[in-house]
Amino acid sequence: MLEEIGTTEQGDLVINVGPQHPSTHGVLHLVITLNGETIKKVEPHLGYIHRSIEKMCESLTYRQFIYSTSRMDYLSAHMNNHACAMAVEQGLGLEIPARARVIRILMSELTRLASHQLWWGAMAMDVGAITPFFHAFREREMINDIMEETCGARLTMNYMVPGGVMFDLHPNFQVKTKDFVRFFRSKFDEYDELVTNNIIFQERMKNVGRISAEDAVSFGCSGPVARASGVSSDIRKLAPYEGYDQLNFTEALETAGDNYARYLVRMQEMRTSLSIIDQLIDNIPEGDFQAKTKAVLKLPKGEYYSRVETARGDFGVYIVSEGGTTPYRIKFRSPGFSNLSALDHIARGCKIGDLVAIMGSLDLVIPDIDR
Amino acid sequence: MSFLTNYFSTIYTSVRSLLKGMWKTGYYFTHHKEIITQNYPENRDSLNLPERFRGEVVMTHNEENEHRCTGCTACELACPNGTIKIVTKFDITPEGKKKKALDTFVYHLELCTMCNLCVEACPTGAIKMDQAFEHSVYDRRLLTKKLNRPDSKLMEGVE
Repeated sequence: MLEEIGTTEQGDLVINVGPQHPSTHGVLHLVITLNGETIKKVEPHLGYIHRSIEKMCESLTYRQFIYSTSRMDYLSAHMNNHACAMAVEQGLGLEIPARARVIRILMSELTRLASHQLWWGAMAMDVGAITPFFHAFREREMINDIMEETCGARLTMNYMVPGGVMFDLHPNFQVKTKDFVRFFRSKFDEYDELVTNNIIFQERMKNVGRISAEDAVSFGCSGPVARASGVSSDIRKLAPYEGYDQLNFTEALETAGDNYARYLVRMQEMRTSLSIIDQLIDNIPEGDFQAKTKAVLKLPKGEYYSRVETARGDFGVYIVSEGGTTPYRIKFRSPGFSNLSALDHIARGCKIGDLVAIMGSLDLVIPDIDR
Repeated sequence: MSFLTNYFSTIYTSVRSLLKGMWKTGYYFTHHKEIITQNYPENRDSLNLPERFRGEVVMTHNEENEHRCTGCTACELACPNGTIKIVTKFDITPEGKKKKALDTFVYHLELCTMCNLCVEACPTGAIKMDQAFEHSVYDRRLLTKKLNRPDSKLMEGVE
């Protein structure tokens, strides 16, 4: 929006951030109205990476549409596929084997770890530290190797299929995952020394970008953004799926609602994920990894909704079926979109220098927002 | 007085937190064993990709140049992107009957998302995923491949 650059009648400065700015983590375009250094308004402009995935899904069968959701929130590709597979299974009335359930949880938690590690590196980079980024990628590489071995791909796995998972676990999976958990536990102190306890980092994060619990709810925030304001919103606890109710874990909650609280919630979630993996890695039941399904899937006429907790929050899939082989309508509820909608509210009154830190703490993935 | 102690203790903890972080960075700077970066493409010979890694779709042929594809188009129907196009022909069997057979297996690598649905759908196990991943070429047309080899024919016993 070139014509919007300049000054308003009140003498405020209007500037653009993005869509090609590295700190926006993708092709997000923000039009910011500034009074001196103080932000008066932030207006996100979307559409630069819109691929009409929802419309595309209407012409794909129930097996085919799942792969496209890996391209939305690519950092939680497993969880997106998981939600889709669950919605289709709900329509088919399919009971999936116990082994597949455990594999799904393990993969989801590994993906959550990988996503939070990338966020941790990017967050530190957003406030000016480059080194943590490489530390985060070192650990994330181990998860990617595990994924590559079992799922066959590093980022867009397409591993969850209606009825279970596509392949059985690789024989090395348990050993490698245990190695990773041990290694990553030992690196948490390093994370704290490098970033969490760093005085510059704390000064940049504390008391910046506050959002109250009421506002977080009214903007529809979910995931770590809502939990940092004290809103209990973990789908794994509120509406347990795939046997999360049988696991022993606590929901990470903070009450401050500022950048630092969001940071602490995600750090806490990484520890939670590690403990979930610990509980399951030695107790993978034997049996089939996939239930028997028909070659052509047809969902009975009706509406189906399933939701999972991705690394960014509440991800929902809504399918309307007319009884055919393709869905009549598909709607995705992506957590990033709602979290971004709160950006204007959070950033008003903050200084321009804090905007990138706030965006980093919201953990935005733009293809998830635009779809 | 407490203000002063507070003031100095803050300075002390701040400087300490910064030095701790720098010490950690310095540790990695001087410990070369901890470096995990791989020197691609220099390490191309020693690069081991997992067997399940999906790089491209290939059709398996045995020593007699026989494949297992019957031309049933199950993979074509399973593909979400129209990556696979199967051209069939009619063979005359020794009994004099017409039989549908594979003529050309066209594979558009540039459209492929490596979702593995075609391999899952294949009833005879004719296609599989290969680990090759260096696909860059200067001409897009080179990415459209014919997967069945010239003069190859259907393996006996595969229906």
